[in-house]
Parts: sequence; structure tokens; C-alpha cells
Amino acid sequence: MEKKTYTISVYSENNVGLLNRISAIFLKRHINLESFSTSESEIPNVFRFVIVINITPDKVHKIVQQIEKQIDVIKAYYHTDEETIFQENALYKVKSSFLFEERQIQNIIKASHATIVTVSPEFFVIEKTGFREETEQLRKDLSPFGLLQFVRSGRISVTKAKMGISEILNTFKNNN
Amino acid sequence: MKNHKNQKNQKSPNDSITISGAEAVIRCLLAEEANLVYGYPGGAIMPIYDELYKYKDQLHHVLTRHEQGATHAAQGFARTSGKVGVALATSGPGATNLVTGIADAQIDSTPMICITGQVASHLLGSDAFQETDIIGISTPVTKWNYQITKASEIPEIMAKAFYIARSGRPGPVLIDITKDAQFEMFDFNYVKCTGIRSYWPNPPLNTNHLEEALQLINEAKKPFIVWGQGVILGQAEQEFKAFVEKSGIPAAWTILGLSALPTDHPLNRGMVGMHGNYAPNLLTNECDLLIAIGMRFDDRVTGDLNTYAKQAKVLHLELDPAEVNKNVKADVALITNCKISLKALTKRISKNTFPKWLKRFDALDVIENEKVIKGDLFPIKPGITMGESIAMINKYTKGDAVIVTDVGQHQMVACRYAKFNQSKSNVTSGGLGTMGFALPAAIGAKMGAPIREVVAVIGDGGYQMTIQELGTIFQQQVAVKIVILNNDFLGMVRQWQQLFFDKRYASTEMTNPDFVTIAKGYHIEAERVEKREDLDQAVGRMIASEKPFFLEICVEKENNVFPMIPTGASVSDIRLE
Ligand SMILES: Cc1ncc(C[n+]2csc(CCOP(=O)(O)OP(=O)(O)O)c2C)c(N)n1
Ligand SMILES: [Mg+2]
Repeated sequence: MEKKTYTISVYSENNVGLLNRISAIFLKRHINLESFSTSESEIPNVFRFVIVINITPDKVHKIVQQIEKQIDVIKAYYHTDEETIFQENALYKVKSSFLFEERQIQNIIKASHATIVTVSPEFFVIEKTGFREETEQLRKDLSPFGLLQFVRSGRISVTKAKMGISEILNTFKNNN
Repeated sequence: MKNHKNQKNQKSPNDSITISGAEAVIRCLLAEEANLVYGYPGGAIMPIYDELYKYKDQLHHVLTRHEQGATHAAQGFARTSGKVGVALATSGPGATNLVTGIADAQIDSTPMICITGQVASHLLGSDAFQETDIIGISTPVTKWNYQITKASEIPEIMAKAFYIARSGRPGPVLIDITKDAQFEMFDFNYVKCTGIRSYWPNPPLNTNHLEEALQLINEAKKPFIVWGQGVILGQAEQEFKAFVEKSGIPAAWTILGLSALPTDHPLNRGMVGMHGNYAPNLLTNECDLLIAIGMRFDDRVTGDLNTYAKQAKVLHLELDPAEVNKNVKADVALITNCKISLKALTKRISKNTFPKWLKRFDALDVIENEKVIKGDLFPIKPGITMGESIAMINKYTKGDAVIVTDVGQHQMVACRYAKFNQSKSNVTSGGLGTMGFALPAAIGAKMGAPIREVVAVIGDGGYQMTIQELGTIFQQQVAVKIVILNNDFLGMVRQWQQLFFDKRYASTEMTNPDFVTIAKGYHIEAERVEKREDLDQAVGRMIASEKPFFLEICVEKENNVFPMIPTGASVSDIRLE
């Protein structure tokens, strides 16, 4: 079976140790993660992990089953890129002198729809949100000018389909 | 952040009292009817031991001789009693010594709670004396674990631990409690946990899938059942027997399913897997419907998956959704306790028999009998065989004993030949294959089923991994019968060396001590049998004894266990010699 990029979304209790438990599932199977991020979700006190992996369809299914089996996981889903809206965020730190001396740089920023976050006498910071190819292109374009720092966040994504976590939690409330 | 606010607890009278965290742990155990625990003391768990001393009339603590022994004893207890086993240990080395037993309980779905002491919370992360990250270490091998740093967390967490360990697919839970939390005074009030919002241990039966399952069963001409421990864990033995009898479908067991259906039941066709019986292994690849009940298609059961039951439709009755379609694709799956699904199926099927299909089993049984069983049970050579030793135990226990086995040739032989009349009678380390399991597990098995005869069948190798538990047996006077099948070899490994490594016996021969003298050193009655003519009476004396008894049976050194499916081979390639 052919490998594909999948976004795994995990809704969970915010529990010390759950991060370890979830990463142990990948470790045990010798699977590399493309990216991993966590945050609050739309529901108070419910957390959301977004994990990106490149893997075959049968394997992603089994992994999601294992994740969902963890006591503190409320629900886990997996989706293909077509089923999600996703973005990454990147920061680029460049020497300020370039901004004024190299005309080219201003054109690059403009063309890439990046925003300038801050400017100081020594450096300035550009921010770009978008697909991997877009943040990557900007990195390539800026690197001739000597990037002082570059960092890209893990993927964050929302699904086109409904998640139904509140329904799950309500069912528990009503049954107990 | 406290997620345990999202659990449901039973209502209780609001009669809280001010006690220490350590005393709270004891009271939680008593509230869960856990009045027997196994363990080993040390600095970080001393406050709890101090309370054990005060509560010794209500809670019996068994001092094992190693923390691994405490876990296996707790497992043995859980397996025969159906209750949660409890093991205690101190921080650092005490905690790490639990890991093998925890991993064993995880893979064999045994309900167990391990409580470890931890350094005081202000020392966490400072590499304090006997500090170890047991939460990190145990995470991949526990169903759940949690570190308590405040006494006030103890009741809720303990309630949750018991609920998780015993509900759904059971498993081990580890609770790590810092020493300051054990000392801290707080208002204690215990309420049992009855639900956790992120955990659904009892998925309901899907009625659409039930209809599909019925159709598969009704259409089958050569159906075949393979059952596992799920039948025992789901307390579904009655429902299972009713289903087998009404459907008339021949059934075979995985090693952990053994004893759920009496071994002499006419539809019980033996064991599947690497050293299982000839007929059920071969016919796995001839049946048209494979009904898997409470089992997880372990590789020791299936052999090569690419050639496993490819001709058959698969109906999987399984509680754990993660096991469905994991190794073998199910055409229909009923994801619920098999007690529920079996009852629903039995109600709807009509009584049936498969005389022609059963004859296929009979015919293959004849071949196995000729080529393997005869030689095992009625040997012509002078050396005693493991098979006849087990048959002799059967003669005296009549199938009513609990048989606890270790790991190796003796385990396979014992499981192949032991007779069982009732469930929860076979205690063995299946998924992890933990040598050293049997002796301590037998202690727990006997304490979990005190009125039953408990016979531990152990190899000379595995015995020496936890031999120190003879001390526990002596101190507690646990009336277990210990049988060592001594071949002076790590027999199972030697067998593989013989068959697959051109007889290069690398480090498998053992120069053994005088086992009888060792047992006697622990004041345990002990005998050795070297000749066939002495076997009968020695086993007779052992079973007649009401005290712990040790019997060493010196068996043929280089016998092999057959049938055998070599690793990675197809069940169809099962070898008889
Ligand atoms: C803790 C552990 N270490 C190693 C093994 C690998 N192993 C499996 S069976 C076996 C030999 C067991 O020898 P013995 O206890 O004498 O039993 P026998 O096979 O001779 O009946 C070994 C070493 C294991 N299962 N468990
Ligand atoms: Mg041996």
C-alpha cells in the first residue's frame, strides 16, 4: 500500500503523561512523526493534539485505534490533506541592514504576502503562514541574505467534517 | 487540569475523617475489597508499610523475596480469583523490579494495581537517592499510570485505578505516590469510580452486525471456532459453552483460553498455535468460517499471516476495538463483551451438527496420536517424558487442579496434556513468555483459590529465575505443589538450536544444583524421581500432601516438543517430527 500524509487529531483530557503515552505508540512501531502540536480545543479543558505522519492507510488506522485506546483520550481521528484545512507558521529573522540595502528583499516580502512582525536596528522578523511549500519558498528566497534564524511550527489543522466531541461528552453526562 | 474531576463516583455518605495519605491508601484498598497484597518494603514506601502494620488484621501483606515475585503473585491471584491483584514496592530499584510483571500483565490482560513509593515531591527531578522515573518507564506497559504528589488525590486516583484495571479489557495500572503525600494529613472520603468520560469500556452490541454474523454462521459448511482468554475475562464460559453446543461448531483454544471449556468436551478440539494440535492448526486453512472469540491473533497462533485462513470468512467477537483488523481482517466484527454477543447469537441460531467436518478433525487426530502423542505418553525409551509426567498429575488431580506453568518445553507439554474440568484453571505467561513466572504466580493462584489444588509445572531454567520465592512459600505456608521437569537444559532454546542452528547448543546446557536439598533448606518437603517406576507413587504422595511439596522429575534431556510450526511458517506447514 502506498504511503500518504495523514493528519491525526486527538481530543484528550489534559493529563501529565499523555504526551509520553502517545509518543510511545509511535516509538514502539518505529514510526517517524512529520510534526506534532498541542493546544486547547474548542471545548473547555479538552486538549487537541495534531500529529502529521506519512504512512500507509492500514497503518494509520491501527495507530489511531491504539491512541484512542488510551484512557485519557476522548476521541482520535485521521484525515487526508483533502479532508482538512491546514497551515503552518514560520518566522524568519534577518539582519536589518539588508532591509534597507537590498531592494530585492522588500520585493520578496511583498510577493510572498509575509508580514513584518518587528523591526529593530539590528534585525527584523518576518512571519508567514501557509502551506509547507510557501514557507519553504520564502526560506529559500531569503537564505542568500543570510537568515539569522528560521523556525517553522508544526501543522495545525481543522477538519471539513464535524468532530462531534461535545456529543460524546454529553452522552457520558447523560448516561452517568 | 485534574482530569479525575471527569470521572463519575458513587454517591456516599459524607463522613470524611482526617488521616494520612498512607492510611488512605490502605482504606482505599479495603474499600475495594483488596485485603491481600504482595510487596516489598523500602524507604519511599515506609509510611504505607507502617499503616499495613496497624491494619494487619484486615489486610494481609505477603512479603515476597523480590518485587518481580510480588507482581507475578498478584497476577496469579487475579487469574484464579477474577479480582484485581495488588503489588507494592519502594521507589527506584523496587519500582524497576516490577516492570517485567507489569509488561506481562499488560500483554495478558491481567487486572493488577502496582503502588510504588516515590521520593518526596520537592526532590522530584533532582536525582535523589532511589529516584527513578517509574511513570516514564512504565508508560508503554501500563493500561494507565499516575503520579500522586498530594494526599488529597489519593481517593479519587485509587478509585479510578481499580475501575480501569478491572473494567473493559483488564490490565495493569501503576500509581506512584511521593513520600510527602503519604505523610500528609487530609480529609478522607472514599467513593468508588463508576465511569470516566474519556473511556468506554463496554461498547454495546451493534444489532446490524449481529444480523451479518448470523448470516455468516448460517451459511457456513465448515465453521471453526478459535477462542482465547476473552471468554474467561468476560465471564462468558456459560454463554460460550451454550453457543458451541447449539451451533455444533468445533472449537480450539489459544494458550490463554485453555480451561474455559472442559478439555474432554467433545467439541473441544485442542490448541492452536506453534505447539498446538495438528487438526485445529491444519483445518484453520480448510474451514470456511473462522469464528475468533476473545482472542487477538497473536503471531504464535497464526504463523505467517499471508497464508492464514485466507479461504475463510472471519467473524471476530472482541471487546477491544484496537484488536479488530489488527492482524487478521474481519468480515464481520462484534465489538462488545463476548458474554453479550454469544448470548445474542445463541438465541438466534438453530441447533446444528457438522458430522462430516468433525470427521476431518478425527482423522487428523489419529495422525497426531500415532506420530506424537503415543511417544509422549507411552514412551518406549527408559527416560521419563514430560508428557507422561503431566498425565500422571492428571491421574491424581482428575482435572480439578489449577495448573500454573512457566515458559519453555514443559509449558507447552503441560498445556497440551493437562486436563481441565473448570475455568480459571490454567495460569501461564502467554504473551510475554516470562521465565520465572510460575513459582510466584502459583503462590498467588493458591491464595486466590485456596480450596483448590494448585500444581506449578516449571523448567529447571525458569525455576532458578525466581527460586527465592520458596522463602515466601515457606513463610506463608502456601500449600502449592511444585513440579520441576528437569532436563538440565534450557530445553525450548535447545530444541530450536537442534532444529534451526545445526545442534550448536550455545549456552543452553545447565549444571544444576541439588534442587531437593534447596527445597529442604526452606523446610519444604521434597522428593526426586529418576525412574519411571517411581513416578506414580511420588506424584501420589505430592497430591496427597496438604503442605507445600516439591517434586523434581528428571526427564529425558533432549526430547523435542511436537507438533511445531516454525517461526514465520504457515499453519499448514505444521511439523510432526
Ligand atoms: C526471562 C526470559 N528469558 C529468556 C527467555 C527465552 N527462553 C524461552 S524458553 C527458554 C528455556 C526454558 O528452559 P527451562 O526453564 O529449563 O524449560 P524447558 O524448556 O527446559 O522445559 C528460554 C531461555 C524467556 N522466555 N524468558
Ligand atoms: Mg529445562
